[in-house]
This record gives sequence, structure tokens and C-alpha cells, in this order.
Amino acid sequence: MLLQALAFYLFAFVTIAAGGMVVVSRNPVYSVLFLILAFFNAAALFLLIGAEFVAMILVIVYVGAVAVLFLFVVMMLDIKITELREGFLKYFPIGALIGVVLLAEILFALGIFGGSSPTIAALDKAGAHIGAVENTRAIGRVLYTQYFFLFQSAGVVLLVAMIGAIVLTLRRRPGVRRQRVAEQLYRPKDQAITVVKVPTRGGVS
Amino acid sequence: MTIGLGHYLFVASMLFTFGVLGIFLNRKNVIVILMCVELMLLAVNINLVAFSVFQGNVVGQIFAMLVLTVAAAEAAIGLAILVVYFRNRGTVEVEDINAMKG
Repeated sequence: MLLQALAFYLFAFVTIAAGGMVVVSRNPVYSVLFLILAFFNAAALFLLIGAEFVAMILVIVYVGAVAVLFLFVVMMLDIKITELREGFLKYFPIGALIGVVLLAEILFALGIFGGSSPTIAALDKAGAHIGAVENTRAIGRVLYTQYFFLFQSAGVVLLVAMIGAIVLTLRRRPGVRRQRVAEQLYRPKDQAITVVKVPTRGGVS
Repeated sequence: MTIGLGHYLFVASMLFTFGVLGIFLNRKNVIVILMCVELMLLAVNINLVAFSVFQGNVVGQIFAMLVLTVAAAEAAIGLAILVVYFRNRGTVEVEDINAMKG
């Protein structure tokens, strides 16, 4: 139990610290790398609590796809780093004030300081449920039966996002010569070749 | 020394606050704002999974996966818009993005 608590505090600390570094880091590339660190540690937190499937999905989707996409875009766009930090200090007091107020509100709502929330206390007393069925099997049993429509809708959302991203970024530049295969293939015979009668010792002009 | 629901909720609230803070502080780079949105969605996911496990109800994890799907779609679309905008205007500063101002 002690080991579990120590692991939780380690992963939680690194998650929060990496989240903070995403915000304050000077270079956007470092921000992306800290974001990846935060995702990995959040996945470790999920593993600790017994949600293995979501943890693995988090690593695959967030680290493997989203963060790499961010990294590509950050490196592709040529942004001057020195200009990025202007105005950071100007907005810092109001931002920090809003952040502290928001955090205090959330923590009050959770009852972490001040009287503990009865719902959370009851759930805490019950403890984490590690069911008899494995996590992945339990998710599959519900996802492919009761929430099958939701599962398919998620696929449609991804398809729409893919088509949207392609349509947005596709561009046709003028003045670029490209092969038009369909036009080549559908060219009729009489446009493609001409039959000439070659006279003897005359040649073809 | 047992780790309860409150610990996870605290981590999630800290992450969410950092995300909001990042949106407030970054006036120069839209990419960091998108990253902060991802951070906030991660905080929501931590909440969903923690409640799901402590209630013994697996539906919360399914919702976490749906949030993940939407987050991936949002990142793809947002970055595509950003790339097109940078191609047209040559900047991604927040203060310069005012083309739709009336």
C-alpha cells in the first residue's frame, strides 16, 4: 500500500509539474515535450487505479498521434521564439489571480479543504473497485453492446475530422505541371497516333 | 496512507487550472493554447476515470475514450486551421487574429 501511495505521489507530481511547464516553457517544442511527459504520467496514474485499457489508449492516441502532430506543426511553422514571451509578465498577475480563484472554487466544491463532500467520502470509503472481470473485457462488454451507437458515432467524428483536415490543408498551386493519368488513359486512338504513308526514299517530315 | 478519490480529483483540478492559466497567459502563440486545451481534456479524463473506478461503473471509462476521440479530432482540425492561417498570414499570434472582427 505504501509503495502504491509513493508511486501515486511521484506520478501525480510529475504530471502536475509537466502541466505547469507546458504553460511557462519558453520554446513551444519544449511545451510539446512536457505535454508528452504529462500524458505518460497520466497514463501511469490510470494504470495505478486499475484502468489499463484507457491508459494504453491514452499513450497510443495522445502520445502517438496528437503530440506528434503538435510536434510536426510546431517545427513546421517558423515562429520566432524571442517574440513569443512578450506580454507574458503583463498578463501574469490577472492570469494567476484567475487561476488561484478557479482552483480554490474547484477544491471547495470537492470539499478538499473545509467540510468533506459526503459523496466523495462515501465513494472513498467503498474504495477502488477492481472487478472480477479484466478491465478491457469489461469495457468491451459494455462498449460493443449498450454503447455501440456511440462507438460508431466516434468513428464518424474521426472520419469527418480527417476529411476536414485534408480539405483545409490541400492546396492547388498554379503553374505546377502534374501528370493527369485519367486524361492520358482516356485519350482516344485518333488523337494519340497518326498513320502516315512513308514513300520510299522520302522520309517523314 | 491510502490513495482515495480526492487525490485523483486534486490532480485533475490542478491540471485543469494550469490549462486555463495557459489560455490566459499565452498571447503570442495559438499552438500553446491548443496544447492547454488538450491539458484540460486530460484533466476531465482523469476525473471520469477516477469516478468510474471508485463507483465500480465502467461507463465512465467509455466516456473517457469518447473524450479522447473528440480531443484527437479537435487537435487535427485545429492544427489544420492553424497551418492554413500561417500560410496565408505568416503569423500565429493571438492578437493578430482579428480577421473576423466586425
